[in-house]
Amino acid sequence: MLEPLQDEFMRRAIAEMTLIAVAGGALGCWVVLYRLSYAAESLAHSIFPGLVLAAIAGAPLLLGGAPAVVVAALAIALATRVPGVSREAAVGVVVTTLFGLGVLLALSPDSPPGIQQVLFGDILGPSDGDLAAAAALAILVTATLLALHGRLLAAGFDRGAARSLGAAPAATETALLVLLGLAIVVAVQGLGNLLVVAVFVGPAAVARQLSDRIGPMIPIAVATAILAGVAGLYLSYYAGTAGGASVALAIVVAYLLSLPAAHIRGLPRGENRAPAEATIS
Amino acid sequence: MQPEQLIEARELAAGYEGRPAISGVSFALRAGERMALLGPNGGGKTTLLRALLGELPPLTGELEVRARCATVPQTERSQLDYPVSALDVAAMGSLSRLPWWRRPGRRERASALAALERVGLGDRAGETFGELSGGQRQRVLIARSLVQEARILLLDEPFSGLDRPSSESLEALIGELAGEGRALMIATHDLEQARRSDSVLCLNRRQIAAGPPEQALTLEVLEATYGGTIVELPGSEHRAILPPHHHHH
Repeated sequence: MLEPLQDEFMRRAIAEMTLIAVAGGALGCWVVLYRLSYAAESLAHSIFPGLVLAAIAGAPLLLGGAPAVVVAALAIALATRVPGVSREAAVGVVVTTLFGLGVLLALSPDSPPGIQQVLFGDILGPSDGDLAAAAALAILVTATLLALHGRLLAAGFDRGAARSLGAAPAATETALLVLLGLAIVVAVQGLGNLLVVAVFVGPAAVARQLSDRIGPMIPIAVATAILAGVAGLYLSYYAGTAGGASVALAIVVAYLLSLPAAHIRGLPRGENRAPAEATIS
Repeated sequence: MQPEQLIEARELAAGYEGRPAISGVSFALRAGERMALLGPNGGGKTTLLRALLGELPPLTGELEVRARCATVPQTERSQLDYPVSALDVAAMGSLSRLPWWRRPGRRERASALAALERVGLGDRAGETFGELSGGQRQRVLIARSLVQEARILLLDEPFSGLDRPSSESLEALIGELAGEGRALMIATHDLEQARRSDSVLCLNRRQIAAGPPEQALTLEVLEATYGGTIVELPGSEHRAILPPHHHHH
Protein backbone atom coordinates (compact mmCIF):
# COMPACT_ATOMS: atom_id res chain seq x y z
CA MET A 1 0.00 0.00 0.00
CA LEU A 2 2.79 2.41 0.86
CA GLU A 3 5.04 1.52 -2.07
CA PRO A 4 3.59 4.06 -4.50
CA LEU A 5 4.19 6.78 -1.90
CA GLN A 6 7.95 6.22 -2.29
CA ASP A 7 7.65 7.88 -5.68
CA GLU A 8 7.84 11.64 -5.78
CA PHE A 9 5.48 11.80 -8.76
CA MET A 10 2.83 9.75 -6.93
CA ARG A 11 3.04 11.99 -3.87
CA ARG A 12 2.57 15.04 -6.07
CA ALA A 13 -0.29 13.34 -7.93
CA ILE A 14 -2.05 12.49 -4.65
CA ALA A 15 -1.59 16.07 -3.41
CA GLU A 16 -3.04 17.50 -6.66
CA MET A 17 -5.92 15.01 -6.62
CA THR A 18 -6.75 15.72 -2.96
CA LEU A 19 -6.85 19.47 -3.51
CA ILE A 20 -9.08 19.07 -6.58
CA ALA A 21 -11.26 16.63 -4.62
CA VAL A 22 -11.84 19.14 -1.80
CA ALA A 23 -13.02 21.78 -4.27
CA GLY A 24 -14.89 19.34 -6.53
CA GLY A 25 -16.68 17.43 -3.77
CA ALA A 26 -17.87 20.52 -1.89
CA LEU A 27 -18.81 22.56 -4.96
CA GLY A 28 -20.40 19.48 -6.51
CA CYS A 29 -23.04 19.29 -3.77
CA TRP A 30 -24.35 22.70 -4.83
CA VAL A 31 -23.95 21.83 -8.53
CA VAL A 32 -26.23 18.82 -7.98
CA LEU A 33 -28.74 20.72 -5.80
CA TYR A 34 -28.93 23.62 -8.27
CA ARG A 35 -29.25 21.14 -11.18
CA LEU A 36 -26.14 22.55 -12.80
CA SER A 37 -24.59 19.21 -13.85
CA TYR A 38 -25.30 19.87 -17.53
CA ALA A 39 -23.99 23.43 -17.16
CA ALA A 40 -20.80 22.07 -15.58
CA GLU A 41 -20.23 19.62 -18.43
CA SER A 42 -21.01 22.33 -20.99
CA LEU A 43 -18.55 24.78 -19.46
CA ALA A 44 -15.86 22.11 -19.34
CA HIS A 45 -16.21 21.24 -23.04
CA SER A 46 -16.56 24.87 -24.11
CA ILE A 47 -13.10 25.81 -22.88
CA PHE A 48 -11.48 23.18 -25.13
CA PRO A 49 -10.30 25.63 -27.84
CA GLY A 50 -8.64 27.83 -25.20
CA LEU A 51 -6.83 24.83 -23.77
CA VAL A 52 -5.66 23.69 -27.21
CA LEU A 53 -4.30 27.18 -27.98
CA ALA A 54 -2.40 27.15 -24.69
CA ALA A 55 -1.00 23.70 -25.49
CA ILE A 56 0.07 24.83 -28.98
CA ALA A 57 1.76 27.91 -27.49
CA GLY A 58 3.40 25.74 -24.81
CA ALA A 59 1.77 27.89 -22.09
CA PRO A 60 0.16 26.61 -18.87
CA LEU A 61 -3.38 25.37 -19.58
CA LEU A 62 -4.69 27.82 -16.98
CA LEU A 63 -3.73 30.73 -19.26
CA GLY A 64 -5.84 29.31 -22.08
CA GLY A 65 -8.68 28.05 -19.92
CA ALA A 66 -9.30 31.23 -17.93
CA PRO A 67 -10.19 33.50 -20.89
CA ALA A 68 -11.96 30.60 -22.60
CA VAL A 69 -14.34 30.09 -19.69
CA VAL A 70 -15.28 33.78 -19.80
CA VAL A 71 -15.89 33.59 -23.57
CA ALA A 72 -17.95 30.40 -23.12
CA ALA A 73 -20.05 31.89 -20.32
CA LEU A 74 -20.76 35.03 -22.41
CA ALA A 75 -21.59 32.95 -25.50
CA ILE A 76 -24.01 30.82 -23.49
CA ALA A 77 -25.58 33.93 -21.91
CA LEU A 78 -26.06 35.48 -25.38
CA ALA A 79 -27.32 32.30 -27.02
CA THR A 80 -29.98 31.75 -24.37
CA ARG A 81 -31.40 35.17 -25.22
CA VAL A 82 -32.20 34.23 -28.81
CA PRO A 83 -36.00 34.18 -28.93
CA GLY A 84 -37.65 30.86 -29.68
CA VAL A 85 -34.63 28.77 -28.73
CA SER A 86 -34.79 26.78 -25.50
CA ARG A 87 -32.03 27.20 -22.96
CA GLU A 88 -30.83 23.62 -23.37
CA ALA A 89 -30.70 23.87 -27.15
CA ALA A 90 -28.82 27.17 -26.97
CA VAL A 91 -26.24 25.71 -24.60
CA GLY A 92 -25.93 22.64 -26.82
CA VAL A 93 -25.23 24.77 -29.90
CA VAL A 94 -22.58 26.87 -28.12
CA VAL A 95 -20.86 23.83 -26.63
CA THR A 96 -20.65 21.85 -29.86
CA THR A 97 -19.47 24.93 -31.75
CA LEU A 98 -16.68 25.65 -29.28
CA PHE A 99 -15.70 22.02 -28.83
CA GLY A 100 -15.65 21.56 -32.61
CA LEU A 101 -13.44 24.64 -32.94
CA GLY A 102 -11.09 23.08 -30.40
CA VAL A 103 -10.97 19.81 -32.37
CA LEU A 104 -10.16 21.75 -35.57
CA LEU A 105 -7.26 23.44 -33.80
CA ALA A 106 -6.14 20.22 -32.14
CA LEU A 107 -5.99 18.30 -35.43
CA SER A 108 -4.12 21.04 -37.32
CA PRO A 109 -0.54 20.32 -38.49
CA ASP A 110 0.79 22.76 -35.86
CA SER A 111 -0.66 20.88 -32.93
CA PRO A 112 1.90 19.43 -30.57
CA PRO A 113 1.86 15.73 -29.62
CA GLY A 114 0.75 16.61 -26.07
CA ILE A 115 -2.81 17.37 -27.16
CA GLN A 116 -3.96 14.11 -25.55
CA GLN A 117 -3.19 15.63 -22.17
CA VAL A 118 -5.73 18.35 -22.82
CA LEU A 119 -8.44 15.78 -23.47
CA PHE A 120 -7.57 13.26 -20.79
CA GLY A 121 -5.54 15.26 -18.27
CA ASP A 122 -2.19 14.71 -16.67
CA ILE A 123 -2.93 13.99 -13.03
CA LEU A 124 0.40 12.18 -12.67
CA GLY A 125 2.50 15.17 -13.73
CA PRO A 126 1.33 18.38 -12.04
CA SER A 127 3.79 21.28 -12.12
CA ASP A 128 4.48 23.44 -9.06
CA GLY A 129 2.18 26.01 -10.61
CA ASP A 130 -0.60 23.42 -10.99
CA LEU A 131 -0.26 22.44 -7.33
CA ALA A 132 -0.33 26.07 -6.21
CA ALA A 133 -3.41 26.76 -8.35
CA ALA A 134 -5.20 23.70 -6.94
CA ALA A 135 -4.34 24.73 -3.37
CA ALA A 136 -5.61 28.28 -3.97
CA LEU A 137 -8.79 26.85 -5.51
CA ALA A 138 -9.41 24.52 -2.54
CA ILE A 139 -9.04 27.42 -0.09
CA LEU A 140 -11.19 29.81 -2.14
CA VAL A 141 -13.97 27.28 -2.70
CA THR A 142 -14.05 26.18 0.94
CA ALA A 143 -14.07 29.74 2.31
CA THR A 144 -16.70 30.99 -0.15
CA LEU A 145 -19.02 28.03 0.31
CA LEU A 146 -18.78 28.29 4.11
CA ALA A 147 -19.60 31.99 3.99
CA LEU A 148 -22.47 31.66 1.52
CA HIS A 149 -23.90 28.43 2.96
CA GLY A 150 -27.09 29.92 4.42
CA ARG A 151 -27.86 31.95 1.30
CA LEU A 152 -27.08 29.11 -1.10
CA LEU A 153 -29.39 26.83 0.86
CA ALA A 154 -32.26 29.34 0.89
CA ALA A 155 -31.91 30.44 -2.76
CA GLY A 156 -31.73 26.85 -3.98
CA PHE A 157 -34.73 25.85 -1.92
CA ASP A 158 -37.08 28.66 -2.82
CA ARG A 159 -35.92 31.00 -5.56
CA GLY A 160 -39.23 32.83 -5.61
CA ALA A 161 -39.09 33.77 -1.94
CA ALA A 162 -35.30 34.09 -1.78
CA ARG A 163 -35.26 37.83 -2.38
CA SER A 164 -37.74 38.59 0.36
CA LEU A 165 -35.73 36.30 2.65
CA GLY A 166 -32.62 38.40 2.00
CA ALA A 167 -30.83 35.57 0.21
CA ALA A 168 -29.88 37.66 -2.87
CA PRO A 169 -30.51 34.77 -5.28
CA ALA A 170 -28.96 36.39 -8.37
CA ALA A 171 -25.70 37.29 -6.60
CA THR A 172 -25.57 33.92 -4.85
CA GLU A 173 -26.08 31.97 -8.08
CA THR A 174 -23.55 34.11 -9.91
CA ALA A 175 -20.98 33.42 -7.18
CA LEU A 176 -21.66 29.69 -7.53
CA LEU A 177 -21.22 29.79 -11.33
CA VAL A 178 -18.01 31.82 -11.09
CA LEU A 179 -16.59 29.32 -8.58
CA LEU A 180 -17.61 26.47 -10.89
CA GLY A 181 -15.90 28.10 -13.86
CA LEU A 182 -12.70 28.66 -11.88
CA ALA A 183 -12.75 25.13 -10.50
CA ILE A 184 -13.16 23.60 -13.96
CA VAL A 185 -10.29 25.67 -15.36
CA VAL A 186 -7.97 24.54 -12.54
CA ALA A 187 -9.09 20.90 -12.37
CA VAL A 188 -8.92 20.34 -16.12
CA GLN A 189 -5.13 20.14 -15.93
CA GLY A 190 -5.35 16.99 -13.85
CA LEU A 191 -8.48 15.28 -15.07
CA GLY A 192 -8.74 16.45 -18.66
CA ASN A 193 -11.39 18.18 -20.68
CA LEU A 194 -13.49 15.06 -21.20
CA LEU A 195 -13.46 13.72 -17.64
CA VAL A 196 -13.22 16.76 -15.36
CA VAL A 197 -16.99 16.94 -14.81
CA ALA A 198 -16.84 13.55 -13.03
CA VAL A 199 -15.33 15.10 -9.90
CA PHE A 200 -18.08 17.77 -9.72
CA VAL A 201 -21.03 15.44 -10.17
CA GLY A 202 -20.08 11.92 -9.05
CA PRO A 203 -19.01 12.43 -5.40
CA ALA A 204 -21.95 14.76 -4.76
CA ALA A 205 -24.34 12.20 -6.25
CA VAL A 206 -22.86 9.59 -3.90
CA ALA A 207 -23.35 11.95 -0.94
CA ARG A 208 -26.95 12.63 -1.96
CA GLN A 209 -27.61 8.87 -1.89
CA LEU A 210 -26.10 8.55 1.58
CA SER A 211 -27.62 11.59 3.28
CA ASP A 212 -30.74 13.72 3.10
CA ARG A 213 -29.18 16.74 4.81
CA ILE A 214 -26.84 19.23 3.18
CA GLY A 215 -24.68 19.40 6.34
CA PRO A 216 -23.34 15.82 6.14
CA MET A 217 -23.53 15.74 2.31
CA ILE A 218 -20.58 18.09 1.87
CA PRO A 219 -18.02 16.17 3.99
CA ILE A 220 -19.26 12.87 2.52
CA ALA A 221 -18.77 14.22 -1.01
CA VAL A 222 -15.28 15.53 -0.21
CA ALA A 223 -14.27 12.22 1.44
CA THR A 224 -15.68 10.25 -1.52
CA ALA A 225 -13.78 12.42 -4.00
CA ILE A 226 -10.51 12.02 -2.08
CA LEU A 227 -10.89 8.25 -1.62
CA ALA A 228 -11.96 7.65 -5.22
CA GLY A 229 -9.17 9.94 -6.43
CA VAL A 230 -6.48 8.09 -4.48
CA ALA A 231 -7.96 4.71 -5.45
CA GLY A 232 -7.86 5.77 -9.09
CA LEU A 233 -4.23 6.83 -8.79
CA TYR A 234 -3.32 3.48 -7.21
CA LEU A 235 -5.15 1.66 -10.01
CA SER A 236 -3.21 3.73 -12.50
CA TYR A 237 0.08 2.97 -10.68
CA TYR A 238 -0.38 -0.79 -10.53
CA ALA A 239 -2.38 -1.46 -13.69
CA GLY A 240 -0.66 1.15 -15.83
CA THR A 241 -3.99 2.70 -16.80
CA ALA A 242 -4.46 6.40 -17.67
CA GLY A 243 -4.59 8.55 -14.51
CA GLY A 244 -7.63 10.74 -15.15
CA ALA A 245 -9.67 7.87 -16.59
CA SER A 246 -8.83 5.66 -13.59
CA VAL A 247 -10.04 8.39 -11.21
CA ALA A 248 -13.27 8.82 -13.18
CA LEU A 249 -13.78 5.04 -13.10
CA ALA A 250 -13.26 4.95 -9.32
CA ILE A 251 -15.88 7.70 -8.90
CA VAL A 252 -18.38 5.70 -10.98
CA VAL A 253 -17.68 2.60 -8.86
CA ALA A 254 -18.30 4.66 -5.68
CA TYR A 255 -21.62 5.80 -7.13
CA LEU A 256 -22.68 2.24 -7.97
CA LEU A 257 -21.72 1.12 -4.45
CA SER A 258 -23.81 3.92 -2.93
CA LEU A 259 -27.01 2.89 -4.72
CA PRO A 260 -27.86 -0.13 -2.50
CA ALA A 261 -26.99 1.92 0.59
CA ALA A 262 -29.64 4.47 -0.29
CA HIS A 263 -32.10 1.66 -0.99
CA ILE A 264 -31.49 0.20 2.49
CA ARG A 265 -32.11 3.59 4.07
CA GLY A 266 -35.43 3.64 2.20
CA LEU A 267 -35.07 7.20 0.99
CA PRO A 268 -37.86 8.20 -1.36
CA ARG A 269 -36.22 9.38 -4.56
CA GLY A 270 -37.61 11.18 -7.56
CA GLU A 271 -40.24 9.16 -9.36
CA ASN A 272 -40.40 6.55 -6.59
CA ARG A 273 -41.93 9.04 -4.23
CA ALA A 274 -45.18 8.15 -2.52
CA PRO A 275 -48.24 8.89 -4.73
CA ALA A 276 -49.66 11.28 -2.11
CA GLU A 277 -46.82 13.69 -2.92
CA ALA A 278 -47.70 13.67 -6.61
CA THR A 279 -50.92 15.58 -6.03
CA ILE A 280 -49.10 18.84 -5.33
CA SER A 281 -50.24 21.37 -7.86
CA MET B 1 -60.50 53.32 16.73
CA GLN B 2 -59.75 51.11 13.77
CA PRO B 3 -56.55 49.02 13.71
CA GLU B 4 -53.66 50.56 11.82
CA GLN B 5 -53.40 50.13 8.07
CA LEU B 6 -50.40 47.97 7.19
CA ILE B 7 -50.93 48.14 3.42
CA GLU B 8 -52.56 50.89 1.43
CA ALA B 9 -52.89 50.78 -2.36
CA ARG B 10 -54.39 53.60 -4.43
CA GLU B 11 -55.08 53.05 -8.14
CA LEU B 12 -52.09 50.73 -8.27
CA ALA B 13 -50.93 49.27 -11.58
CA ALA B 14 -48.11 46.73 -11.66
CA GLY B 15 -46.69 44.42 -14.26
CA TYR B 16 -43.69 43.35 -16.27
CA GLU B 17 -41.50 45.32 -18.70
CA GLY B 18 -43.71 48.38 -18.38
CA ARG B 19 -46.90 46.53 -19.32
CA PRO B 20 -49.48 46.40 -16.51
CA ALA B 21 -50.74 42.93 -15.54
CA ILE B 22 -53.08 44.49 -12.97
CA SER B 23 -54.49 47.98 -12.74
CA GLY B 24 -56.91 50.06 -10.71
CA VAL B 25 -56.12 48.27 -7.45
CA SER B 26 -57.22 50.27 -4.39
CA PHE B 27 -57.56 48.70 -0.98
CA ALA B 28 -56.34 48.84 2.60
CA LEU B 29 -55.21 45.90 4.71
CA ARG B 30 -55.34 46.43 8.46
CA ALA B 31 -53.63 44.70 11.35
CA GLY B 32 -55.65 41.63 12.37
CA GLU B 33 -57.40 41.39 9.00
CA ARG B 34 -57.67 38.27 6.83
CA MET B 35 -58.20 39.28 3.21
CA ALA B 36 -59.06 36.66 0.59
CA LEU B 37 -57.58 37.36 -2.83
CA LEU B 38 -59.82 35.91 -5.54
CA GLY B 39 -59.24 35.70 -9.24
CA PRO B 40 -58.70 33.33 -12.14
CA ASN B 41 -55.28 31.92 -12.98
CA GLY B 42 -53.50 34.63 -14.92
CA GLY B 43 -55.76 37.24 -13.33
CA GLY B 44 -52.86 38.96 -11.58
CA LYS B 45 -52.88 37.48 -8.07
CA THR B 46 -49.19 36.60 -8.24
CA THR B 47 -48.38 40.02 -9.71
CA LEU B 48 -50.10 41.73 -6.79
CA LEU B 49 -48.27 39.53 -4.26
CA ARG B 50 -44.94 40.33 -5.92
CA ALA B 51 -45.74 44.05 -5.89
CA LEU B 52 -46.52 43.85 -2.16
CA LEU B 53 -43.17 42.12 -1.58
CA GLY B 54 -41.44 45.01 -3.32
CA GLU B 55 -40.26 42.90 -6.25
CA LEU B 56 -42.31 44.87 -8.81
CA PRO B 57 -42.39 48.66 -8.42
CA PRO B 58 -45.78 50.31 -9.10
CA LEU B 59 -46.15 51.41 -12.74
CA THR B 60 -48.75 53.98 -11.73
CA GLY B 61 -50.67 54.74 -8.57
CA GLU B 62 -49.39 54.39 -5.03
CA LEU B 63 -48.54 51.49 -2.80
CA GLU B 64 -47.54 51.83 0.82
CA VAL B 65 -46.43 48.74 2.75
CA ARG B 66 -45.84 49.79 6.36
CA ALA B 67 -44.65 46.53 7.90
CA ARG B 68 -42.44 43.60 6.95
CA CYS B 69 -44.02 41.30 4.37
CA ALA B 70 -43.29 37.58 4.10
CA THR B 71 -44.42 35.15 1.45
CA VAL B 72 -45.80 31.66 2.11
CA PRO B 73 -45.57 30.07 -1.35
CA GLN B 74 -46.90 26.79 -2.65
CA THR B 75 -44.51 23.86 -2.43
CA GLU B 76 -42.79 23.06 -5.70
CA ARG B 77 -41.98 19.51 -6.70
CA SER B 78 -38.24 20.12 -6.64
CA GLN B 79 -38.45 21.13 -2.97
CA LEU B 80 -39.68 17.69 -1.95
CA ASP B 81 -36.24 16.28 -2.75
CA TYR B 82 -34.25 19.13 -1.20
CA PRO B 83 -31.98 17.95 1.63
CA VAL B 84 -33.27 20.19 4.43
CA SER B 85 -35.17 19.67 7.69
CA ALA B 86 -38.23 21.61 8.78
CA LEU B 87 -35.93 23.49 11.17
CA ASP B 88 -33.52 24.41 8.35
CA VAL B 89 -36.42 25.88 6.36
CA ALA B 90 -37.81 27.86 9.30
CA ALA B 91 -34.30 29.16 10.09
CA MET B 92 -34.05 30.62 6.55
CA GLY B 93 -36.33 33.37 7.89
CA SER B 94 -33.39 34.77 9.87
CA LEU B 95 -31.11 35.42 6.86
CA SER B 96 -32.09 39.04 6.35
CA ARG B 97 -30.89 39.85 9.89
CA LEU B 98 -27.48 38.26 9.33
CA PRO B 99 -24.49 39.69 7.45
CA TRP B 100 -23.94 37.99 4.08
CA TRP B 101 -21.10 35.79 5.29
CA ARG B 102 -23.03 34.26 8.20
CA ARG B 103 -25.39 31.30 8.24
CA PRO B 104 -28.16 30.79 10.84
CA GLY B 105 -26.46 29.87 14.13
CA ARG B 106 -27.59 28.73 17.55
CA ARG B 107 -29.72 31.77 18.33
CA GLU B 108 -31.42 31.71 14.90
CA ARG B 109 -32.13 27.98 15.20
CA ALA B 110 -33.66 28.55 18.65
CA SER B 111 -36.02 31.14 17.24
CA ALA B 112 -36.82 28.80 14.33
CA LEU B 113 -37.69 26.03 16.81
CA ALA B 114 -39.89 28.43 18.77
CA ALA B 115 -41.70 29.35 15.54
CA LEU B 116 -42.22 25.68 14.67
CA GLU B 117 -43.66 25.13 18.15
CA ARG B 118 -45.94 28.11 17.58
CA VAL B 119 -47.42 26.43 14.46
CA GLY B 120 -47.71 23.07 16.23
CA LEU B 121 -44.70 21.36 14.65
CA GLY B 122 -42.16 21.49 17.48
CA ASP B 123 -41.90 17.70 17.46
CA ARG B 124 -41.31 17.51 13.68
CA ALA B 125 -38.42 20.01 13.55
CA GLY B 126 -35.86 17.38 12.60
CA GLU B 127 -37.86 15.81 9.78
CA THR B 128 -37.05 16.26 6.11
CA PHE B 129 -39.24 19.02 4.67
CA GLY B 130 -40.30 16.94 1.67
CA GLU B 131 -41.51 14.08 3.84
CA LEU B 132 -44.01 16.21 5.76
CA SER B 133 -47.65 16.36 4.67
CA GLY B 134 -48.89 19.26 2.55
CA GLY B 135 -50.51 20.96 5.55
CA GLN B 136 -47.36 20.55 7.65
CA ARG B 137 -45.24 22.06 4.88
CA GLN B 138 -47.53 25.11 4.80
CA ARG B 139 -47.06 25.42 8.58
CA VAL B 140 -43.27 25.22 8.23
CA LEU B 141 -43.37 28.06 5.67
CA ILE B 142 -45.63 30.06 8.01
CA ALA B 143 -43.07 29.42 10.78
CA ARG B 144 -40.38 30.78 8.43
CA SER B 145 -42.40 33.99 8.02
CA LEU B 146 -42.70 34.25 11.82
CA VAL B 147 -38.90 33.96 12.09
CA GLN B 148 -38.77 36.82 9.56
CA GLU B 149 -40.76 38.81 12.14
CA ALA B 150 -43.24 39.66 9.41
CA ARG B 151 -46.48 41.38 10.35
CA ILE B 152 -47.93 40.84 6.87
CA LEU B 153 -48.20 37.30 5.53
CA LEU B 154 -48.93 36.66 1.85
CA LEU B 155 -50.21 33.11 1.37
CA ASP B 156 -50.41 31.69 -2.15
CA GLU B 157 -53.16 29.06 -2.36
CA PRO B 158 -52.35 27.67 1.10
CA PHE B 159 -55.27 25.23 1.06
CA SER B 160 -54.52 23.78 -2.37
CA GLY B 161 -54.27 19.98 -2.20
CA LEU B 162 -55.04 19.76 1.54
CA ASP B 163 -57.57 17.33 2.99
CA ARG B 164 -60.39 18.67 5.13
CA PRO B 165 -58.81 18.28 8.61
CA SER B 166 -55.51 19.85 7.50
CA SER B 167 -57.41 22.63 5.81
CA GLU B 168 -59.50 23.34 8.91
CA SER B 169 -56.54 23.38 11.27
CA LEU B 170 -54.59 25.64 8.90
CA GLU B 171 -57.57 28.01 8.80
CA ALA B 172 -57.60 27.99 12.61
CA LEU B 173 -53.89 28.86 12.69
CA ILE B 174 -54.49 31.71 10.25
CA GLY B 175 -57.26 32.97 12.56
CA GLU B 176 -54.88 32.87 15.53
CA LEU B 177 -52.19 34.78 13.64
CA ALA B 178 -54.74 37.44 12.72
CA GLY B 179 -55.76 37.57 16.38
CA GLU B 180 -52.16 38.44 17.25
CA GLY B 181 -52.42 41.55 15.08
CA ARG B 182 -50.92 40.19 11.88
CA ALA B 183 -52.46 40.96 8.51
CA LEU B 184 -52.88 38.06 6.09
CA MET B 185 -53.61 38.13 2.39
CA ILE B 186 -54.69 34.70 1.19
CA ALA B 187 -54.88 33.91 -2.52
CA THR B 188 -57.54 31.25 -2.88
CA HIS B 189 -59.93 29.55 -5.27
CA ASP B 190 -62.25 28.56 -2.45
CA LEU B 191 -65.29 30.83 -2.37
CA GLU B 192 -66.57 29.45 0.94
CA GLN B 193 -63.25 30.22 2.60
CA ALA B 194 -63.36 33.69 1.09
CA ARG B 195 -66.81 34.23 2.62
CA ARG B 196 -65.40 33.43 6.07
CA SER B 197 -62.57 35.97 5.75
CA ASP B 198 -62.77 39.55 6.95
CA SER B 199 -62.53 41.04 3.48
CA VAL B 200 -62.09 40.04 -0.14
CA LEU B 201 -60.25 41.48 -3.11
CA CYS B 202 -61.36 40.28 -6.56
CA LEU B 203 -58.86 40.62 -9.38
CA ASN B 204 -59.15 39.88 -13.06
CA ARG B 205 -56.36 41.97 -14.59
CA ARG B 206 -58.06 44.91 -12.86
CA GLN B 207 -59.73 45.21 -9.51
CA ILE B 208 -63.33 44.01 -9.76
CA ALA B 209 -64.30 44.58 -6.14
CA ALA B 210 -62.87 45.01 -2.65
CA GLY B 211 -64.59 45.01 0.72
CA PRO B 212 -66.37 42.83 3.24
CA PRO B 213 -67.41 39.51 1.66
CA GLU B 214 -71.14 40.01 2.21
CA GLN B 215 -71.01 43.23 0.18
CA ALA B 216 -68.34 42.42 -2.36
CA LEU B 217 -69.20 38.86 -3.35
CA THR B 218 -72.20 39.48 -5.58
CA LEU B 219 -72.99 37.33 -8.59
CA GLU B 220 -72.04 40.19 -10.91
CA VAL B 221 -68.64 40.55 -9.23
CA LEU B 222 -67.97 36.82 -9.39
CA GLU B 223 -68.91 36.63 -13.06
CA ALA B 224 -66.67 39.57 -13.86
CA THR B 225 -63.88 38.00 -11.79
CA TYR B 226 -64.05 34.54 -13.29
CA GLY B 227 -65.42 35.33 -16.72
CA GLY B 228 -68.79 33.61 -16.43
CA THR B 229 -67.83 30.21 -15.19
CA ILE B 230 -70.24 30.37 -12.24
CA VAL B 231 -72.48 27.37 -11.67
CA GLU B 232 -75.50 27.26 -9.38
CA LEU B 233 -75.38 24.21 -7.13
CA PRO B 234 -78.76 22.48 -7.45
CA GLY B 235 -80.78 22.32 -4.25
CA SER B 236 -78.70 24.84 -2.34
CA GLU B 237 -78.13 28.55 -2.16
CA HIS B 238 -74.44 28.08 -2.84
CA ARG B 239 -72.75 28.98 -6.03
CA ALA B 240 -69.59 27.29 -7.19
CA ILE B 241 -66.88 28.66 -9.39
CA LEU B 242 -65.05 26.50 -11.87
CA PRO B 243 -61.92 28.42 -12.82
CA PRO B 244 -59.45 26.85 -15.23
CA HIS B 245 -57.19 24.24 -13.57
CA HIS B 246 -59.47 23.89 -10.58
CA HIS B 247 -58.05 21.45 -8.04
CA HIS B 248 -60.61 21.30 -5.26
CA HIS B 249 -63.24 18.62 -4.95
